[in-house]
Amino acid sequence: MQIDLTDQPIDVAAVLAAAESEEAGAVNAFIGTVRNRSEGRRVVRLHYEAYPPMALRQLTRVAEMAQEKWPMLRKIAVTHRHGTLEIGDVAVVVAVSTPHRADSFAACEYIIDTLKEVVPIWKKEEYEDGTVWVAAHP
Amino acid sequence: MTINIALFGIAREIVGQSSLTIDTPAGQSAAGLLAELRRTYPDLGGLRSLAVAVNNEYAADDVVLHERDEIALIPPVSGG
Repeated sequence: MQIDLTDQPIDVAAVLAAAESEEAGAVNAFIGTVRNRSEGRRVVRLHYEAYPPMALRQLTRVAEMAQEKWPMLRKIAVTHRHGTLEIGDVAVVVAVSTPHRADSFAACEYIIDTLKEVVPIWKKEEYEDGTVWVAAHP
Repeated sequence: MTINIALFGIAREIVGQSSLTIDTPAGQSAAGLLAELRRTYPDLGGLRSLAVAVNNEYAADDVVLHERDEIALIPPVSGG
């Protein structure tokens, strides 16, 4: 598995290539991009902050859990970006490969869903008139 | 014992610095540390959640902290 954290633009093709396997009939990817609206407000840009050693540890754990749940997974590649991201930038790429396609959709979805719950990375939205740490308050 | 706590995101903004060095009783637990910090920084109590990480793993409430542990406060995560 290839797990990366970067403060540079993500080379999406490289992450997909890292997930390819001759034993796989399916490569499936999720690409998370920066959206220009959130809760009805116009977003100007995003700031992602990471706790790097723990983020890498937890990203690896998520990939390991996916491997356990889908033993037929051949390769897993995840890259998450941090720093200041502009609208349309790629924030995260999750790519997996499996022999057959059904498992690839399920495993890919599991990895991004679980990553969002446990990985110590924080998103701050910047609007015209202020900033907010996403989901910080009830 | 003296412990260092790394702070991130909104927790860093509430406390006003990216790390905190505090004196805490030997044998302090993760839950005990959170209670102490919420007393000193009441705005931490208004967050949706606040976890303690020890050596890059989430710590359960009853995990005992040691002086040379790498400790961090984890406010609600929002990666992905």
